[in-house]
Amino acid sequence: MSELKTVPQAITGPSNFLDERLGGANFLKRNLRKIFPDHWSFLLGEIALYSFVILLLTGTFLTFWYKPSMMEVAYDGSYAPLRGVMMSEAYASSLEISFDVRGGLLIRQMHHWAALLFVAGMMVHALRVFFTGAYRKPREINWIIGVLLLTLALAEGLTGYSLPDDLLSGAGLRITEGVAISLPLVGTYITFFLFGGEYPGHDVISRFYSLHILLIPGILLALISAHMVLMWVQKHTQMPGKGRTNQNVVGAPFYPAFMAKAGAYFLFTLGVIAGLGTFAQINPIWIFGPYTPADVSAGSQPDFYMGFLEGALRIMPPWEINLFGTAHAGTLPLSVIIPALVPMGIIMTGLALYPFLERWVTGDHREHHVADRPRNNPHRTSIGISAMTFYGVLWLLGANDEISAFFHISLNWTTYAGRVLIFLGPALAYLITYRMCLGLQRSDQAVISHGVESGVIKRLPHGEFIEVHTPPAEDIEAHMRGKQPVPMLPVAEDAAGIPPKGMRGPLGRLRARMSKAYGGEKIPLEDPHGHEEHAAIGHGGEEEQHAAVGSSDDDRSLTH
Amino acid sequence: MIRITAWRRHPLARYAVLILALALVGMVYAAFVQAGKPADAALAAGKVDDVAEGKSLFVQHCSSCHGMNAEGTTTAPTLIGVGAAAVDFQMSTGRMPAGAPGPQAPRKPLAPWVNETTTRQIAAYVQSLGGGPQVPAAEHVDPKLGDAGKGGELFRANCIQCHNWAGAGGALTQGKYAPNLNSATPTQIYEAMITGPQAMPVFNDTTITPEEKRSMIAYITQVREQKDPGGFGLGRIGPVTEGLVAWIVGLSALALAAIWITAKKRQKS
Repeated sequence: MSELKTVPQAITGPSNFLDERLGGANFLKRNLRKIFPDHWSFLLGEIALYSFVILLLTGTFLTFWYKPSMMEVAYDGSYAPLRGVMMSEAYASSLEISFDVRGGLLIRQMHHWAALLFVAGMMVHALRVFFTGAYRKPREINWIIGVLLLTLALAEGLTGYSLPDDLLSGAGLRITEGVAISLPLVGTYITFFLFGGEYPGHDVISRFYSLHILLIPGILLALISAHMVLMWVQKHTQMPGKGRTNQNVVGAPFYPAFMAKAGAYFLFTLGVIAGLGTFAQINPIWIFGPYTPADVSAGSQPDFYMGFLEGALRIMPPWEINLFGTAHAGTLPLSVIIPALVPMGIIMTGLALYPFLERWVTGDHREHHVADRPRNNPHRTSIGISAMTFYGVLWLLGANDEISAFFHISLNWTTYAGRVLIFLGPALAYLITYRMCLGLQRSDQAVISHGVESGVIKRLPHGEFIEVHTPPAEDIEAHMRGKQPVPMLPVAEDAAGIPPKGMRGPLGRLRARMSKAYGGEKIPLEDPHGHEEHAAIGHGGEEEQHAAVGSSDDDRSLTH
Repeated sequence: MIRITAWRRHPLARYAVLILALALVGMVYAAFVQAGKPADAALAAGKVDDVAEGKSLFVQHCSSCHGMNAEGTTTAPTLIGVGAAAVDFQMSTGRMPAGAPGPQAPRKPLAPWVNETTTRQIAAYVQSLGGGPQVPAAEHVDPKLGDAGKGGELFRANCIQCHNWAGAGGALTQGKYAPNLNSATPTQIYEAMITGPQAMPVFNDTTITPEEKRSMIAYITQVREQKDPGGFGLGRIGPVTEGLVAWIVGLSALALAAIWITAKKRQKS
């Protein structure tokens, strides 16, 4: 076999033709060499991206047979227990897709599973970005695009969930109506506008259809593109490690390494969604039956991403205010407004504002391209876990009837417990996470300052036992040494005891106090007590030897 | 010895220990539950007059709670006027004789002395006290004679608020619950509707006619016998289990895939 020395004419001809007319060579050369850092958690966002692609494909298939109409028809398809039952065309056509269209049920189930993974993927991706501080300058705008994407995904899910017009989604639609109508002053107008008259009316399915297949996916697609372009231009953050700085990106080039991985990961996502669609039944609308406003079933639940709103509604005490003491002047149904708006407001607004709040507190205006390890910014991590607990309690309580039925707990007690846990849980989570972060920082400190336990115990001639420590592996040490102190505002008072400018008013004092608590180095990597006796570490790779027994110095260092 | 030490330090060792400990706890728990089951003495029933024999069975097994003449006590209601259907439902589902006191008597295996004969005898005795609904005849509960489509509409309008769309059951207040309908026989479903056991309301023949009841039975039995066309049914309780599967199966699988394809071979130092 003779080796190829030059590119064959069959390739150079067409590619030169294209390059001379489109001028893509420079663009490709630059972008195909784009470096992507490697970490498993960087692929979590791709779950959402690929699920979205699968949603577009399967959704298009479904539109071929689905009829967004609320006209009443008698069912005469192949599902026997519903034959002769009057139902909307939307429900009848969803049954047709499920039972009479070849491959229809599989595609419908894949569409639904992909929707769940779309939102779940966005959530874990957002958590990864949050806990590693990857939203910091210059990525705040991309973070806000992400929050918008998550909010839109919830709306997209809600509208899609309602389209089959089955009894379960009807219950969700009824709650949506209840939330809309509970809004003060504008509630009635919004409801009549949305439903085209009294609930349920004849318009809501076709309106939701337009929103679900045209408007929201259009915006999603545009925002996802912007999200990707910004990520591409700003480059991906990287985990701290050997040779990784704010000025470089260490990883594999887009072509061929990253492209292969991304392609493989798309196939993994497709495989998982197709596997779930094949083996796990989802949204069996034929069991639920057609929607009539008179019927509602036990165990009615929204899809998981709406569960936190459901839970908030379930644990809310039945408070309402009759204006001027009479229902004629209007009622403010706090039992609906608060759970519908407050948790969603706390979570979504909190997410969107966090980068700016953090910058205000730390005064950190630098660019960041190296991610934080979650333990190294303990307050941020604690706030995140606390918010997750808040969300999680609500989410769990959204299923309190199933928990009660399955684990034989009194339904009332799940509600009472939820009312306490929603306040206690986040507070406890904050404290526990904060202590855990400091503990993990101390463990890093121990590894850097004292090395790793080798498991070898030596007995010295005079009888003392010592444990032999060895220096940590190079890559692990580099990863740990990527730690940066959390920045802090210049809050120190001057010699006359006057705080710096801008920190003298009530808001300024609060800002200074928060900055002091949030920022600064809590546990330095180098143990200030450990150095004199353990100076051997890191110098010439000598084995460090220190006493395993009676080292009171170390014990003291663990308590501050 | 050295190999065991190596295994102990294996990265998966801690998970293995955890699984082992969980299995142990589970086995011990199961053993205790088995040991805790009460053993009832069997009772031979002769073929004599049903009412008289029923009364003697009643005095032996039921009177401690329901009173010597079924007049009721502070722990259990009177049985005068509940009818044979109520007795047949409660005893044939194992709910009576009741086990531990609780918010609701659960369905359980029959006591050794409970069989068709003893149930019929006690039912005859209770029927003789003050009348009440009778055990339905076989053609009243035959699913083949019912109209499942019509029955489904009635089922959705009257039953699923508590029993769930697929008859999977659901929670009620203060530890009470609507049981699932998977193991109820057509006769038991009919009897439950006309007698309203425990937290259930009575659906008498003017509310829902016997023909309509038969149609509902037809729907319930058709739906529960149906093979789930979409794969595993996940308990047919809807989005809660679906969400769990999406996270535990779907997302975990994808996270593992991500870890796998980004894994680097560690250099041996």
